[in-house]
Amino acid sequence: MARHRGRGIASINYPIGMNLGGDPSQALVHSNPSGKFTVSLSSIDLGQGMKSVTRQICAETLGVPVEDVYVDTADSDTGPHCMGSFASRGTHRVGNAVMAAAKEARGVMMEAAAEELEVNAADLETDGRGNIHVKGAPHRSISTKDVAIAAQFKQGKTISGRGIFLVPLSAVDPETGEMSPATCYAHACLVAEVEVDDETGEVAMVRMDSAYELGRALNPRLVEQQLVGGAWMGISHALFETTEPYYPDPSRGPRDFVEYLMPGPGDICPHDIAVLERPAADGPFGAKGPGEMCANPVMPAVANAIFNAVGVRVDELPITPEKVLRAIKAQGGPRPQARR
Amino acid sequence: MLELRKDIFADERDDNLNEIGKGTQRQDMLGHVTGASTYFNDHRLQGMLHLKVLRSPHAHARIRRIDTAEAERSPGVRRVIRGADVPRNLNTLLSLINFGKDDEPTLAFDKVRYKGEPVVAVVADRDREAFEALARVRVDYEPLPAVFDVEEALKAGAPVVNETYPKNTFTYHDIYDHQKLRFGDVERGFAGADHVLEQRYQMSPIEHAPTETNGSIAAPDTNGRYVVYTSTQALFFSLDTCAKILDLPSNTFHFIGGTVGGGFGGKVDTLTEPLAILGAMLTGRPVRYLFGREEEMQYGPPRGAERIFLKDGVMRDGRIVARKVRAYFDSGAYTRLSSYAVVKCAAHLPGPYTIPNVYGDIYCIFTNRTPATAMRGFGVTAMDFAIECQMDKLAHLVGMDPMEFRILNAYRDGDMKAHRREAKNTALIECVQVAAEKAKWPLREEFKRMSSRKDGGGARAAVPATAADPRAPARPAAQQRTPYDRTPQSPAAPEPPRPAPPPPGPPTPAPQPAAHGAIRFSSVFGLRRR
Repeated sequence: MARHRGRGIASINYPIGMNLGGDPSQALVHSNPSGKFTVSLSSIDLGQGMKSVTRQICAETLGVPVEDVYVDTADSDTGPHCMGSFASRGTHRVGNAVMAAAKEARGVMMEAAAEELEVNAADLETDGRGNIHVKGAPHRSISTKDVAIAAQFKQGKTISGRGIFLVPLSAVDPETGEMSPATCYAHACLVAEVEVDDETGEVAMVRMDSAYELGRALNPRLVEQQLVGGAWMGISHALFETTEPYYPDPSRGPRDFVEYLMPGPGDICPHDIAVLERPAADGPFGAKGPGEMCANPVMPAVANAIFNAVGVRVDELPITPEKVLRAIKAQGGPRPQARR
Repeated sequence: MLELRKDIFADERDDNLNEIGKGTQRQDMLGHVTGASTYFNDHRLQGMLHLKVLRSPHAHARIRRIDTAEAERSPGVRRVIRGADVPRNLNTLLSLINFGKDDEPTLAFDKVRYKGEPVVAVVADRDREAFEALARVRVDYEPLPAVFDVEEALKAGAPVVNETYPKNTFTYHDIYDHQKLRFGDVERGFAGADHVLEQRYQMSPIEHAPTETNGSIAAPDTNGRYVVYTSTQALFFSLDTCAKILDLPSNTFHFIGGTVGGGFGGKVDTLTEPLAILGAMLTGRPVRYLFGREEEMQYGPPRGAERIFLKDGVMRDGRIVARKVRAYFDSGAYTRLSSYAVVKCAAHLPGPYTIPNVYGDIYCIFTNRTPATAMRGFGVTAMDFAIECQMDKLAHLVGMDPMEFRILNAYRDGDMKAHRREAKNTALIECVQVAAEKAKWPLREEFKRMSSRKDGGGARAAVPATAADPRAPARPAAQQRTPYDRTPQSPAAPEPPRPAPPPPGPPTPAPQPAAHGAIRFSSVFGLRRR
């Protein structure tokens, strides 16, 4: 009776937003007379940070500090149409819509500033700190606040913009499956190390190392939050969770968190993550999105690590102690594979 | 710990930005960590009533009679709602994009098709009174044989779960009971392979387990409108679904949401809003419909369970030459969104690898269990589990390092994908290289030098000759046309099979076949061909 360590890997890709329904998102951006901007959306922040990411996209595009932007969502009377937050589409679809709206608003803002400074709008630039100045002549400057006041009360202009992002619906060929399902893909590779107890069948996570390529990481801390949380979900899917423990027999389903098992703090492990950024041609500032895919590599990596540790293949999720133990017994004991 | 590898793909980015790339604290952080953020269930409206549903105790049964007389007289009850009270008591979620047929009632009327299906709703002054009234509803059921296994559901004589789809399969393109993917000639690939490995993988249903269960509060507003506070993760999706089920113009509804206590795909199905609004319409009072934890866990839709059969042909040098996939998505009793995940799954094949011959048949199957729905990685998660376990077995079979095996087969810029689009912006190889570095997993020099941006395209960019399936569709079925479909090809003119071109060469000089005796494994893992 012993504990055996093993390592396993998995590498994956993931489509960012799906074009099979043709589901666009819209955004509106407008300034109040103090030069503070509101982004109006009907999109949902599930806790993943969509409000924060779209806020940064809007601020970057307008050329104003992020503190000057507030994202308001989700109200069907004020927010323009969005199908919803799913299919890893938030950053890519909503982000692009916000970017388009912010570009239009920025155009008006620069025109209004040009009128105040009596120059051509093409000669102006933003400093990202709330000022607009003539290129190469920072002293010829006006604050976005003064521009907003002038636009509202003097020039009669609305500093506002509309944005939509639509990837047209893709047909699917019934015979070959030819289609354009997505415009960009995120990538990942994960190494899991586990320890398998050949007496109990229990699998303990030892550590994980991973690399995720997500296009541009718009907010690295939110990316980290997604990847750490997603890996937890991956461990949970790999080793713990199901609503039907004896599927396809539907009986004995758990009804609460006493019966439905998930990893606690003692069941997780250190996770060392690298993020690569290969910008997507049509992503907002090259972003793709980490949302869904981060749980996916964990399950097969853990299964492969279990094989490396004790030589059994469990091809049914979740990989419970019962399944591991039965498999070890069926092959007449643990057969540790070459350490790697 | 997170490390940004800015050195990789640096030439493709402008990193000179002000706000993008900063770890700015989220706008709603303070509210979330102090408990001040407002969720739908924080709205306490004057005179608010509570709605609960009676759920079927049977997985499959005919409803002979529903008697609500005693429940209506139960203390605190304001209204009992039955299927006949729902203006359009049949819907399918993706009808909003013209995909699929209406197949699911809001409240069951003729049959129940899964254990936990809503049959009757009660609106009462208090939760407890609603539950007590539900206990007084008498339903006369005639239990029917049920089917729970996806392959059993396909057999002749299996119980018909959902009469809208009498063969227990969703209908694709009016004609097929599955979505096809055809690229090259897998049988030819298997015939030429050194090893062929066929395996079965099984996913189990999984709960989204949000902290906040599904729910909504609907209240009559001025001018005949209704305001709806909701946990939905798809605001207009839910609004338009309610407009359809309640047969009212969409601007009747003012949906407010946006702060959600966890979704993961489990809050797309618009489970509570139609009945909450209907309750408000019928009583003139605000109505709350909130799932309990058991409802959320057992009768709220889970991640579906896919069963996947994967057959691969691989050469001794590690190149995969053919991949054939047959997968069954267990949709439960109704379609919800599984039909869509099937197509997404077909597009995902054969994973992030360039394989010259790929074949997929993906089915959406109806069984007598809680309908499945979207969950993080929908259509892909189980397939990735199957593919990546299979990749490990294949590497083992040919005696290759599993990291190097993936790099060798990885797709690269310019390669043709099986859904017939060019691969661009790929980065699998770099991810494997960096993960290996982090895990101190030794890679040989030649594999460290490989790149997603080199050696793709060329012969790997070609669409191989692909024979049409011999059994051509007999006639278009009754399903409505959708913009999603293409016109079915004429059954009269199947393309004659052409000789397959030679398989594309390896992306770089193939590594030396490993010397140790992996071939002996074939008796364990598969059929040895040579």
